[in-house]
Amino acid sequence: MNGLFSPRMLRSLLPPLSLAVLLIAIFYLQPRTMSYFGLNLLLNLAIPIALATIAQMFVLCVNELDLSIGGFVSLVACITATWLYDTPLLGIAALIGLVAVYAALGALIHLRNLPSIVVTLGMSFVWLGLAVLVLPTPGGKAPEYIRTLMTLKPPGIPFPIIASVVIAIVVHILLMRSAWGTVLRGAGGNPRSLERAGWSLLRIKMIMFALAGFFGVLSGMALVGLTTSADANIALRYTLLSIAGVILGGGEFVGGRVSPIGAVIGAVTLALAGSFLSFLRLNPDWQIGAQGAILIIVLALRILISRTEAKR
Amino acid sequence: MKTITTLGMVTAVALSGMTVSAIADTSDKRIALSNNYAGNSWRQAMLGSWEKVTGEAVENGTVAAADAFTTAENQVTEQAAQIQNLILQGYDAIVVNAASPEGLNGAVKEACDAGVVVVSFDGIVTEPCAWRIAVDFKQMGKDEVLYLSDKLSEGGNLLEIRGLAGVFVDDEISAGIHEGVAETGKFEIVGSVHGNWAQDVSQKAVAGILPSLPDDIVGVVTQGGDGYGAAQAFKAAGRDIPVIVMGNRHDELSWWKEQKDASGYETMSVSIAPGVSTLAFWVAQQILDGADVPKDLTVPFLRIDQDNLEDNLANTEEGGVANVEYTLEDAQAVISGAS
Repeated sequence: MNGLFSPRMLRSLLPPLSLAVLLIAIFYLQPRTMSYFGLNLLLNLAIPIALATIAQMFVLCVNELDLSIGGFVSLVACITATWLYDTPLLGIAALIGLVAVYAALGALIHLRNLPSIVVTLGMSFVWLGLAVLVLPTPGGKAPEYIRTLMTLKPPGIPFPIIASVVIAIVVHILLMRSAWGTVLRGAGGNPRSLERAGWSLLRIKMIMFALAGFFGVLSGMALVGLTTSADANIALRYTLLSIAGVILGGGEFVGGRVSPIGAVIGAVTLALAGSFLSFLRLNPDWQIGAQGAILIIVLALRILISRTEAKR
Repeated sequence: MKTITTLGMVTAVALSGMTVSAIADTSDKRIALSNNYAGNSWRQAMLGSWEKVTGEAVENGTVAAADAFTTAENQVTEQAAQIQNLILQGYDAIVVNAASPEGLNGAVKEACDAGVVVVSFDGIVTEPCAWRIAVDFKQMGKDEVLYLSDKLSEGGNLLEIRGLAGVFVDDEISAGIHEGVAETGKFEIVGSVHGNWAQDVSQKAVAGILPSLPDDIVGVVTQGGDGYGAAQAFKAAGRDIPVIVMGNRHDELSWWKEQKDASGYETMSVSIAPGVSTLAFWVAQQILDGADVPKDLTVPFLRIDQDNLEDNLANTEEGGVANVEYTLEDAQAVISGAS
């Protein structure tokens, strides 16, 4: 067989193919979505999900798991809608501080050899508590420039598509194409040999967690730009969505095997899956289950492909 | 039916002195319900009422469709996506019970910009382009005290049962009660406990505070869901049962009925009917019809008094809450009352 049908190729084609199938199904069910306006509405809420998924991807890349990203994005949303709007300097300082806390978490997990699931699960309550302190009742206001950016209507191609492509390519170059990126990924793939080669694993973990924090901040800001105001519980479901997005996009839980382009595609697929089920007029009681079924089907396909790969 | 509808419409227009006549046709219009949560008896009754009333409206050709959508996880971003999907599905109006008063504003704005009418109720949204059918909880608390003031002309000591601490509904109702007490000037609130809108919690809380209270308590002001528990606590303590304001729950109403038959016990009961979803439906229909509707409307309370207790009890499901479905005329009355 030639390259096109090799398992490796199929494996990397699976995420975009799933997305294409879903998109075609949606266009068929609801032809209105096949327009500039329709794609905009269909995809704009996928931007913050894609950013949160990228954040999760950085953590997964070093064999850790972040269960606090939903609470973190909520907190960023609350800070963006209050401090960043009223006193921009304080807001920026707080957001930079949050990224630093994320880096410190990476250091803590590495130095004390703690399970990241426990640390981040604990932090999720801290983030939520802080979010309630910053914004006790839903409210606040999105800074004008963020609102303008998120409601941009560029000619020809809807903004959410441009944003997704830019996010995917920038992170792809950073993580997959640069020398630094290779080292960062190596920390997940083979930490011991990396350490023997003289790299500091501590620094790498801190950098990866800081990157996760940074993209978490972008996600929260993008979300507020879309919703115009915040709520302490606004993004709690992003935790599971982001993990599912990375895996759906071809990432693995261990081994530093991730794909930024796949992660963005995975996030968009998950966001579209919700719309697809709603266009199907499926009973809401079944929707979570159906969303899970879509996930299982895609993952099952991938395992099938991996098996063929292993047989050779 | 048709003539009554038209007649009602004409009266409403005449009453409010509206200049715009509202006789545009809505038979090809489609209305959707975006609901964030369906996990308790109140919400189930709300969806049931919606189905019943809008089903008839679709059959009569008043509107083309009225579909209900509920989000699975009661999450803000999920409902925002749902509203955007409803815009894409081409609905002319979206009736919203929102997961957050602020978090959906972006999606609601998108809907307004796309020419979709958005009417929020119960869980309202603050986006200015949407209509709001809100509950005046403060007035509800005040009404309780005003009723007691009429009934107990000499005044006396009151016990207050509050709801869940930290929820704004609890603050609002309590503020109304205290305002009523200050205005009427003959009552004193001698004790206050949190009953969390649940019978068992209320019973425990009231039983706990009773020994420290004076013997001459004349009334208990409540927030709903707590009256039956309070009555049981008074009974267990061997005290005279004061006038306990009820909250339209089935157990409260049936206890009241028992006492009424046995000893002529008198009180009143007040809460919000889950059927408020149907009021929102008719308001949306009226807006599509071209009626001039103010952006802020207030839900009427469902109040049960001594003489209509039996009727309401008969219509309330066991374990449920008294309900009423609104008609087009009710909606027009609410609209003209606000303008």
